[in-house]
Amino acid sequence: MAKIAPLAEIVEKQIDMLTYGQWGICAGCGGGIVVQALARAVDTIGIPNKDIVILNGIHCSGSQAASLKCNFIGGLHGRSIAYATGLKFARPDLTVITVQGDGDAVGIGGNHFIHAARRNSDITVVVNNNFIYGRTGGQYGPTTPKGAFATSAPYGTVDRPIDICKLAESAGATFVARGTTYHVIELVDILEKAIRHHGFSVLDIITQCPTAFGRYNPSLMGNSTTEMLKWMRDHSVRIDKAKGIGTQELEGKLVIGVFVDKEAPVYEDEYEKIIQAAKKVK
Amino acid sequence: MDKQKNVQLMQGNEAVVEGAIAAGVRFFAGYPITPSTEILERISVRLPQVGGKFIQMEDEIASISAVLGASMGGVKAMTATSGPGFALMVETIGYAIVAEIPCVVVEVQRVGPGAGMVFTSQQDTMSIRWATPGGFETITLAPASVKECFELTIRAVNLSERFRVPVFLLSDAHLAHIREKVEVPNYNEVLRVDRTRPTVPPYKFLPYEADETGVPGMPDFGSEYRCKIVAVLHDKTGKYGPSPEERTFILKRLHNKILAHLDELPMVEEYMLEDADIAVFSYGICARAVKAALKTARAEGIKVGLMRPITLWPFPKEAVSKLTSRVSDIIVAEMNSGQLLGEVERANEGNANIRFVGQEDGIVMDPQRILSAIREVG
Repeated sequence: MAKIAPLAEIVEKQIDMLTYGQWGICAGCGGGIVVQALARAVDTIGIPNKDIVILNGIHCSGSQAASLKCNFIGGLHGRSIAYATGLKFARPDLTVITVQGDGDAVGIGGNHFIHAARRNSDITVVVNNNFIYGRTGGQYGPTTPKGAFATSAPYGTVDRPIDICKLAESAGATFVARGTTYHVIELVDILEKAIRHHGFSVLDIITQCPTAFGRYNPSLMGNSTTEMLKWMRDHSVRIDKAKGIGTQELEGKLVIGVFVDKEAPVYEDEYEKIIQAAKKVK
Repeated sequence: MDKQKNVQLMQGNEAVVEGAIAAGVRFFAGYPITPSTEILERISVRLPQVGGKFIQMEDEIASISAVLGASMGGVKAMTATSGPGFALMVETIGYAIVAEIPCVVVEVQRVGPGAGMVFTSQQDTMSIRWATPGGFETITLAPASVKECFELTIRAVNLSERFRVPVFLLSDAHLAHIREKVEVPNYNEVLRVDRTRPTVPPYKFLPYEADETGVPGMPDFGSEYRCKIVAVLHDKTGKYGPSPEERTFILKRLHNKILAHLDELPMVEEYMLEDADIAVFSYGICARAVKAALKTARAEGIKVGLMRPITLWPFPKEAVSKLTSRVSDIIVAEMNSGQLLGEVERANEGNANIRFVGQEDGIVMDPQRILSAIREVG
């Protein structure tokens, strides 16, 4: 694990303070932690900022990703992966990272998520999973636990939640990991691995939303930032330890770590072969 | 010695593909939909031959999104679809308008709402103009022959690059599938327009600051310019949440970068109009039926001609207004229930008598129906 540089140094190098803060988020949001981890990962890898493109959908936590000193594409709700697919395909020289919410990635954008994973496009997908639609004031989303309350689930949700890591794995993603905003040092490490990975990488980051999810569901993770972070600490099980534990005992726990890390043919590389073949036919 | 002409027999959809290749399109993302599918199939063969890239996406939303992604990467990009697929693309087309991302969307019309049927119509003339929410200006070109499918695709690509807007090529099921002669130029000699790049040094660059053309310079990702492209209303820096004055400014600029060129953008063909007392106003494949009717009417001694807008949007209002003063009667013929009819009525400053001949049965306009209308007026 790399040495942790002082925050001021990272901010100076990687964050454009003129744009930071213009993407208003609530006090206690986990989005800032994710952006800091992303900035640290980018800094460690050392790719020039001009060669990195951050794509953002419509969501709250992590929309400050726009303040990274990289190129930025602010898109429509749920479409980041589809833009990223075209961008990376047209320009394989760029490092393409989407920063999305859970609703953005696997709700409205679920179809793109599945198919980009299937193609194994060389894109890194960073999901801020806060179990709720925060930007619009706290409606239930695709990862909201069954029975949780939301402004659109006043009697509790009936829907069953989706497991982003399982979805990614079954769709063919070649790097799948889960982290939390509590395990920050590990988060930087996983982000670094995900960005370096050649192929479709998915990072499911459990992040706290005290304003919406915490407020409506104090009994689940608590209703303050510190309570929610402590909940992550107390309910996380590292994947190597989880392997020795039965499913019943894992009920209500968060398994964190790298689930999938494998090599497979990458879409952009495979198509390059098509071009070479087609040029010969002509 | 004259070079031998390269004349090829082509299908309308195929001509669109060749036009795109000639114009420098090197990226296509699409989803199969009749009657546009041949474009997808043919370009999947052609693009890799010229080092370009083709991808079949999971749906039309993904297709237009991937096209914008590629265009943002600095590659000329296009997609093709039909009405139902276009309906799925409209939100992202709005994004291309506000974020100012060049792209070309070919819409091969079928007939009827919903899934409709895969026969021809001109029922999407208004939806191509107004489908996406918010106030905006775009450009729509309507070919009437296979030759024009080729030429106008090139024009569409060039206009999209010049103005940083989505440009639509409005074809239809019939034109898409007929085969006609096209004189194919040497692709290296085709005029290609590229988007303007920033003229200021990187440290002075603001992503949405435009010069007097109203079109901001667009850098490629990976250059020394830090790119920032946003979906929201923004100020010159791309910052979200501008003031009411700044909102007005950006919207005005987006409108005016098109509207400032009304002297040049609306293309109109005038056919047998010099001495005409009666004009038929028609476009696309329908205008071909009109031309057939005109020959018979002229032989009968009726002074009748055709005005055919090649640019549907922005609407050639000035040309139509002048026409309404020159002729006594205008017959508007469209393969729908009257869409550009309303625009002609709005432009009727000369108080010409306007009548309408529509057809929406999925079959190309019958020249006899046009002829009957001409005889009634004449």
